[in-house]
Amino acid sequence: MKEVELNTTTINFGPQHPAAHGVLRLVVELEGEVVQRAEPHIGLLHRGTEKLIEYKTYLQAVPYFDRLDYVSPMCQEHAFALATENLLGINVPERAKYIRVIFAEITRILNHLLNIPAYAADIGAVTPFLWCFEEREKLLEFHEAVSGARFHAAYFRPGGVHQDMPEGMEEKLFEHFKTLPKFIDDLESLLTNNRILRQRSVDIGIISKSEAIEWGCSGPVLRSAGVAWDLRRSQPYDAYDQVDFEVPVGKKGDCFDRYLVRIEEMRQSISIINQCLNKIKPGPISIEDNKITPPKRNQMKKSMEALIHHFKLFTEGYRVPAGQVYSAVEAPKGEFGVYLVSDGSSKPYRCKIRAPGFAHLQTLDHLSKGHLMADIAAILGSLDIVFGEIDR
Amino acid sequence: MIKFLTKIDGINNILENNNLLEIEFEKNNIIKIFNELRDNTELNFNQLLDITAVDYPSREFRFDLIYILQSLTKNKKIILKTFIKENENIESITNIHKSADWYERECYDLFGIQFINHPDLRRIMTDYNFEGYPLRKDFPLTGHTEVRYDDLEKKVIYEPVKLTQEFRNFDSESPWEGMENKLFGDEKSTGEN
Repeated sequence: MKEVELNTTTINFGPQHPAAHGVLRLVVELEGEVVQRAEPHIGLLHRGTEKLIEYKTYLQAVPYFDRLDYVSPMCQEHAFALATENLLGINVPERAKYIRVIFAEITRILNHLLNIPAYAADIGAVTPFLWCFEEREKLLEFHEAVSGARFHAAYFRPGGVHQDMPEGMEEKLFEHFKTLPKFIDDLESLLTNNRILRQRSVDIGIISKSEAIEWGCSGPVLRSAGVAWDLRRSQPYDAYDQVDFEVPVGKKGDCFDRYLVRIEEMRQSISIINQCLNKIKPGPISIEDNKITPPKRNQMKKSMEALIHHFKLFTEGYRVPAGQVYSAVEAPKGEFGVYLVSDGSSKPYRCKIRAPGFAHLQTLDHLSKGHLMADIAAILGSLDIVFGEIDR
Repeated sequence: MIKFLTKIDGINNILENNNLLEIEFEKNNIIKIFNELRDNTELNFNQLLDITAVDYPSREFRFDLIYILQSLTKNKKIILKTFIKENENIESITNIHKSADWYERECYDLFGIQFINHPDLRRIMTDYNFEGYPLRKDFPLTGHTEVRYDDLEKKVIYEPVKLTQEFRNFDSESPWEGMENKLFGDEKSTGEN
């Protein structure tokens, strides 16, 4: 038998590594500096969210969704709220739909304002990180103004949103989003034509159209490969059918295209928010059925029935008719879906969370084959990996 | 679309619900069905979104195995469902949809469902050397083991889980709305005594 000498080195990348974007353990097989195989070991942040939700009422399950993809919390609450509303067979009021769209888009900008500079930092640029965090802080103030929390908002609830926007919020948002396009231009002037960024991202980690579909990719990763697919457009939910926006697509599907798609998506988000602010009208912000949404506090002081409703809602919760449903939203990272099974009680029988990052990370081995070790950091950054949602 | 779906062998039951098709199929025909769903130009379900299971411990066919498929050209999502017993296994579809690889591993890890001909069926979410299948209904929420850093042994050790207070699962189901029209003592008023 012929003896074959293997000339490969196997190294461990992570779980503690700044470019691993959290707790990714990657076993990389290298030949020289060229990647032969990259095998992700995930689950280091597995908290059993799906199991926990089976023991909580529908309302108590909402905050778990903030903690999945912790850089875009509201979009995930959105998916759960839509799934529950679907099972309950209710339709939320117009104003709540617009508020949800506004905040889903703010969340999208927040997410991209983290991903783009983090990606840039992975491949050598530090300044965008500082710039974007300042902008993020301003946007997080809007989160805080409506929900009281910067990140873990628990703001989108089945039946509408938790509370109305404070007075004068619409004008403040309008003013803020006048200045943001300028910031995005400035950010682009730092990055888009930067020689280092281009050297490190053009033609790195190419995924073709058919591969992207086959691997279950969605969101910016799918669009960068040239597939014009956006759930906000193709299967509109809430008020997305009332607004006009464009779906940016890439040509090659490399890291640079993914970066460009995200930059353009931020511009489109600003346009969506402005359209919503023009169309939004005063009105109720959640359905007025006290069997599902709690009564106002001043009613509780006066009405015995309101008090009973409040007590029942926060102990037993509401019952959801038996059935199954799959609801998906276009989260900043891709298609975030919730498959919900109800047995007719006040707690979900099963809640499966479909995280876009899970499918994207799976492609890493395929994308990094034949590239240099240093390119793994670039590919990981461009896929927008967050372990909260992947490990659940 | 329903017309083309009913023609496929092994598809039993099609339900339309909230713009979503729910389809039950025979598990023995899985490879044929998924190939047909992907390759038939009228259907073209080219993206597998997720694979998951639902556990019903009291039933003979314990698990509902759920496949969520999407057609990007027809703009349609379907849920495919099959029923399997506790110790049964099912053919892997990794040769048809590449993304099934991790989805099936996750399903195996959390429910203990075996997929035949899967290239690399290992645990994915849980810890190395983990025992049990956490998403089964008979697996306790608090788990069986806990970890801590032991100062004497200078390493992280595993111990059986110790709770200072038992896990409390309150039953707050409403006695009003959940109740049948019957009160305590009603049997006395209709009985002979």
